[in-house]
Amino acid sequence: MSELVIRFCVGGAIVSAFALISDLFKPKTFAGLFGAAPSVALASLALVISKQSTIVAATEARSMALGAIALLCYAWLVSWVVMRFRLPALKVAVPALLVWMGVAAGLWYAVLGSIE
Amino acid sequence: MLVAINTSGLKQTRWYEFATRFALGGLVTAGAAQITDKLGPSFGGLFLAFPAILAASVTLVEKHEREGKEKKGLHGVIRGGQAAAADAAGAAMGSLGLVSFACFVAIFIPNHNPALVIVGATVVWALVSSGVWFARKKKLCRRFRFKTGKLSGTAGP
Repeated sequence: MSELVIRFCVGGAIVSAFALISDLFKPKTFAGLFGAAPSVALASLALVISKQSTIVAATEARSMALGAIALLCYAWLVSWVVMRFRLPALKVAVPALLVWMGVAAGLWYAVLGSIE
Repeated sequence: MLVAINTSGLKQTRWYEFATRFALGGLVTAGAAQITDKLGPSFGGLFLAFPAILAASVTLVEKHEREGKEKKGLHGVIRGGQAAAADAAGAAMGSLGLVSFACFVAIFIPNHNPALVIVGATVVWALVSSGVWFARKKKLCRRFRFKTGKLSGTAGP
């Protein structure tokens, strides 16, 4: 339980730090780069390295690359749909999380499913 | 203007918006750990690139932009949408940096100093992300974009 609290606090702090940096930059597309900052990864990998091993961290990072490709699809989709259909960002960004999950899981099964 | 630093963006953000980002970041990090515990590091690793923060970020950007225009007596809905789309387009470029970050860690962490690898990977993320952004800004990708259509989204910087 205490480890979960530590993860929550470390993750929240790193994500907040990147969000603060993002707020400082203009134009919006440059600030948007920080929406894909490795904030959750930094918190998670640091804790995995300290508690487990670098091999586990490497395994997580390998899958993270596939998650990041899914993030590319997600971010591009959100940008395109919000501009094309003039929908509120929240109504696009939240349902599109299912697209991220579908692409990420699909890539994982296609690339790593047979290895694991 | 290429890139500028402006502290007015910080003044627009309210305390509960900071709290929301902190809570979301904490929940995603703790949730990724739980998924890794249940399903293993290979599948759980996917969630290190989960876009929960991005969903919150584009919503806040849209709100701030809309409110800014409405304070000036203008209709800010369209401008808000454009700002949100631009933010998401930036994240799409940043995700290429995130792929580089992950590959760097996966390749180098088993045989090198973990702290140095993490720092190096963060530098790689920053260089690749900003490199892609500057390349697009300088229209170096024009030929590629011409062949593939509106690859980098419809929202300009």
